[in-house]
Amino acid sequence: MRYLAAQSVAEATGALAAEAGVTRILSGGTDVLVQLKAGMVEPDLIVDVKKLPGMREIRAEAGGFRVGAAVAGAELGEHAAFCAAWPGVAEGFQLIGSTQVQGRATMAGNLCNASPAADSVPALVAGGVVARIAGPGGERDLPVADIPAGPGKTNLKKGEFITSFFFPARAMGASDAYLRFIPRTEMDIAVSSAAVNLTIGADGKVSAAEVALGAVAPTVVRVPAAAKAIIGTKLDDAALAAMAKACEAACNPIDDKRGTIAFRTHTAGVLACRAARIAHERAGGKA
Amino acid sequence: MKKLHVSTTVNGDPAEFVCTPDESLLDALRNRLGLTGAKEGCGTGDCGACSVTVNGRLVCSCLVLAAEAEGAEIATIEGMAEQDRLHPLQRAFIDHAALQCGVCTPGILVAAKSLLAKNPEPTDEEVRYWLAGNLCRCTGYDKIIRAVQSAAAEMRGA
Repeated sequence: MRYLAAQSVAEATGALAAEAGVTRILSGGTDVLVQLKAGMVEPDLIVDVKKLPGMREIRAEAGGFRVGAAVAGAELGEHAAFCAAWPGVAEGFQLIGSTQVQGRATMAGNLCNASPAADSVPALVAGGVVARIAGPGGERDLPVADIPAGPGKTNLKKGEFITSFFFPARAMGASDAYLRFIPRTEMDIAVSSAAVNLTIGADGKVSAAEVALGAVAPTVVRVPAAAKAIIGTKLDDAALAAMAKACEAACNPIDDKRGTIAFRTHTAGVLACRAARIAHERAGGKA
Repeated sequence: MKKLHVSTTVNGDPAEFVCTPDESLLDALRNRLGLTGAKEGCGTGDCGACSVTVNGRLVCSCLVLAAEAEGAEIATIEGMAEQDRLHPLQRAFIDHAALQCGVCTPGILVAAKSLLAKNPEPTDEEVRYWLAGNLCRCTGYDKIIRAVQSAAAEMRGA
């Protein structure tokens, strides 16, 4: 195995493209090092991307934010303006692991590790966040929703890696929330989860919404029908019931030691409703 | 595997070592630099016994490659006491019997120091959440929380 602390994007993409064997990107390393240790992967080349320009920066762009792909959870959590604008993204990301893991873990790593239960991903999908990807052919932008391909698999091509995320400008009265179910209070993997991002219009009704569910399908899933169920409403009980139903219909989970298909399906709907209420309240909405 | 030469700073002093590319920072600290305070409990970032800070940020050294230490500032339990004078947290852990076998203790002390630097007056709940990634199989945690709070009070008064 070779280790390369790349100094430029061109050096990183060039080395990744030139390596015929197995490659891995090292950002926070909280998944990669565990996989190395377990012998699940034996890379020929590891490229550390933390030293690339902008990888650890959070900066304003076009009224929104651009967040470097190697920004750790603890770093994002200390950025007050970001957390005020995107509380659901911040809370989802910071649910991952311990204080020590938060010191290293990144959203790009969580996304590219491609677990269906990745806690930072649903809020990124619901937020319409766009990843910037560097590769041998140059840069391209891809919505976060289009990156996971299945458990452990992404749609990134050989030599490509995420360099940053773009969070669009926030409308007035917009906010988000993320909730997961785990059988304890801390340090566990989601049995099911839901993120809701919504905007409240001048008439007090939800004018725009996005809903994404985690751990209930091979990838995080967007549920447009659930969003449609609450758009144009003040989140009354009937709207929330319709939303829960739409969420349940979008679930295609597995049975495993953490939860049954029936349990995951039911809780995904319940969590989506609760997350919608929290996002609504954060956005200034009145029930 | 081609070995790498790493220049770093450990507890304020320059340090150099040679390591393999797949070696963890924990293994380099213990086996290359002789700093055996950080322990390998799980080796997968779950137990916190290997806690150190890298550039001021609390991490599990088993989840950091030794090569990443190049140019970084590492702080370990060995840098906590000043000569023979124990850090208030170390004294509080002894006074409150907040350790038994002691394997988790270096990691908990490093983590607790990092908490108090950020939040000098944490609630018990904040201490418990901050230390959720530090497993102790002996004490049941209550004495650890009390020791951290006692040290915090002393440090605020000092």
